[in-house]
Amino acid sequence: MAAAAEEKELVLLDFWVSPFGQRCRIAMAEKGLEFEYREEDLGNKSDLLLRSNPVHKKIPVLLHAGRPVCESLIILQYLDDAFPDTPHLLPPANSSSDAAYARARARFWADYVDKKLYDCGSRLWRLKGEPQAAARREMVEILRTLEAELGDGEFFGGGEGGRLGFVDVALVPFTAWFYSYERCGGFSVEEVAPKLAAWARRCGQIDSVAKHLPSPEKVYDFIAVLKKKYGVE
Amino acid sequence: MAGDGELKLLGMWTSAFVLRVRFVLNLKSLPYEFVEENLGDKSDLLLASNPVNKTVPVLLHAGRPVNESQVILQYIDEAWPDRSPAVLPSDPYERAVARFWAAYVDDKVRLAWLGILFRSKTEEERAAAVAQADAALETLESAFRECSKGKPFFGGDGIGLVDVVLGGYLGWFTAIKKLIGRRLIDPARTPALAAWEDRFRATEAARGVLPDDADKMLEFRQTALDLGASKKITL
Repeated sequence: MAAAAEEKELVLLDFWVSPFGQRCRIAMAEKGLEFEYREEDLGNKSDLLLRSNPVHKKIPVLLHAGRPVCESLIILQYLDDAFPDTPHLLPPANSSSDAAYARARARFWADYVDKKLYDCGSRLWRLKGEPQAAARREMVEILRTLEAELGDGEFFGGGEGGRLGFVDVALVPFTAWFYSYERCGGFSVEEVAPKLAAWARRCGQIDSVAKHLPSPEKVYDFIAVLKKKYGVE
Repeated sequence: MAGDGELKLLGMWTSAFVLRVRFVLNLKSLPYEFVEENLGDKSDLLLASNPVNKTVPVLLHAGRPVNESQVILQYIDEAWPDRSPAVLPSDPYERAVARFWAAYVDDKVRLAWLGILFRSKTEEERAAAVAQADAALETLESAFRECSKGKPFFGGDGIGLVDVVLGGYLGWFTAIKKLIGRRLIDPARTPALAAWEDRFRATEAARGVLPDDADKMLEFRQTALDLGASKKITL
């Protein structure tokens, strides 16, 4: 099994519902890169995963000719760097500070998504009462902040030929969680951030996204399982 | 010419996140104006430049703000590609490895640092935070051996991303040494990293900017704790 993995150029160790894993799948699909998808059982992690990411023992891990790359945003940048002839996610570096500025802006917003969204979303389904209400207020603010950055753009920008860019790919997996955030938080994304909601629908029309994101209902069911597991009613 | 335009760095003299930017600007001989921000009273310029996070460092390049320290470091590399040394290596895999360890430092070392200096309310809590730091530093000892491959820095012959990211914390490590009675990077536990620390402190990049006055830093820490207690800032 291990030998076969090393032969195949790109292998992704992942977990079906992980938005971080989905970023990598979508990025490779956008770039037209073939890869082998391997579902990890997070309750019984494979030796390959533990060897490839001994520090964090987390998915996603991208193996390229057997060498592991960890952390989803690092994987995305690696894909841009290692496959320069494929559609880029970050605006390409040239000598201008404008290009560097566009890249900096994209990195900033992808980092913002990383720092804010998943954690706040978790608190939304995990907590009750005032802490949940606080998480809901925070979530609304996050969505509005993202909407302000999107502005009237079709996408967050920077991608090849007006396609999905770095921030779009970083954020789009969380659109599968919007329905769950809405149910748990008692608000509507359409109401608080209509442009972002439209962006989410637009992304959903794109092949790479449609192929690699679970349905919002499946995500909601998954959260229900987690809630039971953690004794949240 | 790319990179023309004045540079202004909004920061605080103690901040690990600000220091790393100063190391890189020094390394590349890029002149800049340093603006000391007041922890409890952020300037209008800071709030206008980084409305989302409201934190330092902020690098203003010909008036345009770049925010988040690791984003700034990569910006500097990319906006001045002819200014050596490069902070990130050119090989894609090595870049991924450098980014991984830089992220690790800002995750584990940062948490331990916050714990030791700002979030522990009891001796026990502080001891637990020190233990967290020890564990992270042991992992970094292995990382250093792997990344340096026998050379003086994480970046090899010269300073790289992980060096400046970890190096920024050394100012606070001086204060921690006074607080806990031993070097946080313990030569007995992590000899290669301890030697790296000595080496880094002596570099041109660190000179003049890396704080080494433990008492002054502990005073600053007290100010921060007081501001945290009165809810003017979140620690």
